[in-house]
Amino acid sequence: MNRNWLIIGASSAMARAFSRRLASQGASVFLAGRDLDDLNRAAADLALRGAARAEALAFDAGKPEGFAPICDRLAAEDGELNVAVFIGSMPDQAEIDRHPALIEQTIQSNFTGPARFLQAFVPMMEERGGGTLVGVGSVAGDRGRIGNYVYGAAKAGFATYLAGLRNRLGRAGGHVVTVKPGFVDTAMTWGLPGMFLVAAPERVADDILTAVRKRRNVIYTPFFWRWIMLIIRLIPEAIFKKLSV
Amino acid sequence: MRWNEAEYTGWGRVRRASGRRARPEKVTSLKAILKDAPSPAIGNLRSYGDQALNTGGGAIDMTRLDRLIAFDPETGVLAAEAGITIGEIVRVFAPRGWIPTVMPGTGFATLGGAIANDVHGKNHHVSGSFGSHVLSIELVGASGRSRKLTRGGTPDLFRSTVGGMGQTGVILSAAIQMQRCASEIMQVRESRVEGLAEFLTLLDQSSADHVVGWIDATATGAGLGRGILEQAEIKAGAEPIGKRRPKSVPVNAPRFLLSPPIVRLFNRFYLRRVPVAGRHIERRLEDFFFPLDRIHHWNRLYGKPGFHQFQCVLPEDTAPDTLVRMLTRIGDAGVASPLAVLKRLGEGQAGLMSFTMPGYTLAVDFPNRAGTAPLIAELEAMTESAGGRIYLAKDALMSAGSLGRMYPDLPDFQRIVQKADPDGRFLTDMARRLNLRGETT
Repeated sequence: MNRNWLIIGASSAMARAFSRRLASQGASVFLAGRDLDDLNRAAADLALRGAARAEALAFDAGKPEGFAPICDRLAAEDGELNVAVFIGSMPDQAEIDRHPALIEQTIQSNFTGPARFLQAFVPMMEERGGGTLVGVGSVAGDRGRIGNYVYGAAKAGFATYLAGLRNRLGRAGGHVVTVKPGFVDTAMTWGLPGMFLVAAPERVADDILTAVRKRRNVIYTPFFWRWIMLIIRLIPEAIFKKLSV
Repeated sequence: MRWNEAEYTGWGRVRRASGRRARPEKVTSLKAILKDAPSPAIGNLRSYGDQALNTGGGAIDMTRLDRLIAFDPETGVLAAEAGITIGEIVRVFAPRGWIPTVMPGTGFATLGGAIANDVHGKNHHVSGSFGSHVLSIELVGASGRSRKLTRGGTPDLFRSTVGGMGQTGVILSAAIQMQRCASEIMQVRESRVEGLAEFLTLLDQSSADHVVGWIDATATGAGLGRGILEQAEIKAGAEPIGKRRPKSVPVNAPRFLLSPPIVRLFNRFYLRRVPVAGRHIERRLEDFFFPLDRIHHWNRLYGKPGFHQFQCVLPEDTAPDTLVRMLTRIGDAGVASPLAVLKRLGEGQAGLMSFTMPGYTLAVDFPNRAGTAPLIAELEAMTESAGGRIYLAKDALMSAGSLGRMYPDLPDFQRIVQKADPDGRFLTDMARRLNLRGETT
């Protein structure tokens, strides 16, 4: 059967690695994001790697008026509809403290923007009776920390939203995978101080594909972040508030 | 674009640089960086010395600009961004019956790096160097403007970019002519070789497409130059062989691992692996072309001090005598590692500063110990007086004086590079060490 994957935030390194795997399996891949020139290059790459179809589509989390054309484009395709959301931005917390207006932008790009799009897209999946939705959050959403609590709050909101969608989409035969990556070697983390156990985007992409196949609900990638975050979540608030982890 | 301030090293891990690196993932980010802070491009850091290092300055890591651009299944012409690795091209296209015409000894080398070093493979005597199969190059200069280079249209810049060690600018993408492969399996004939004279004769006589010799660099006396000759062809209509899982060297190995008695012992067993009468085996393409790629971080086997590779090419007439003297000297010194390779090189030099010339090439790895640099200096002197040259992709020790005597086209190269990059934006540690640009910069 024809498998269609819509990739939101397709320019990111994780999305690139994930789309390449889909392409080599012969899926149709639709790359959505802001930089159409770059996405067209990515689409050409995917077509040469075996994608049945590879197209670039304009998507901006801050411009919901652009969502309908994407839904229409995907509606025109036969077969299963799947979507993976990779967008997000992580402004420096100190930068946000200086310019509080960045809060809206952070929450929009990590949570409300993709959520508004998914509100329109998920009914299409339900109508076709299935498909998989992959939402990429972050371990930062598991607990508010001094270093990036606005970003963390946005990711936590997105994770809760995805849990609700899982509850909803499951009833129609679909599935939602919540992905919580730790540090991944992307443009977002390149050159940041304090990085450790940094995973290659290809590794994360492999983990996501496995999770899709096995219909896992929530995955940490690489796997050990599940244990790191378990410990971090177990620290009592009275102690945690004094830490700077 | 954020810059990463961390130490980085060449593959040999002797030469180190502290400096900032950018790693663009989009063409527009690359162009923006080149506008603000023009810096030399680096790839997967597989050249051994200081070629991809820029101490105190910036460097642009190209590995994320790795997309395929176009492929013509009729002609086998592939265009791709420079950061893609040769191994990735093989993974995508070998199942469809195409591989790069020339492949270096590691699949981790990038397309841009293969061009900038004009690398050669085990088929140089048949197919020439990598650059001979480059049809066009998209080069971004210090101004941030990109231009298309071809052999015919822009001969000066093309021949200074192929084998030009990044000195003309940043290679953004390139089109290469690939060759057909009938399967993903190599039919390999391994034979034991008892000594150097026999080795050279066999290398001359071989009619195989891919020929490489492993040499026991610890052997002296009667066994001098003994080793294993591998002659291989791509097999037609072969059954696939299962892929073996890569392994990784997790930490720096201790010094005794490559101590002389252990290396001698290893080499003796390695030689006996092949029966006296020789044998035929089948190997996966990648296992034949990139034998060490399955062991990630194998450079850690040399421990924290790192290692050097000496690689020279010697002209046909002087090679037999010079090789005897070199191997005797290496055997006596007793510092060689098991990695030593002897190959035949043919015609085909695509750039002004390309390494290859008709003759024989010897490559030997040495752990970085007290006596290593003086030993390599002696070997370099032998190379120079034999009319040969040192491979810059491997070099970390040569002097500027030797460079000029080994590379006759250096003045032309300097003139062209001076025009392409008058302000020295693309200078690297190697370019400074070897005075690659000439006295003016």
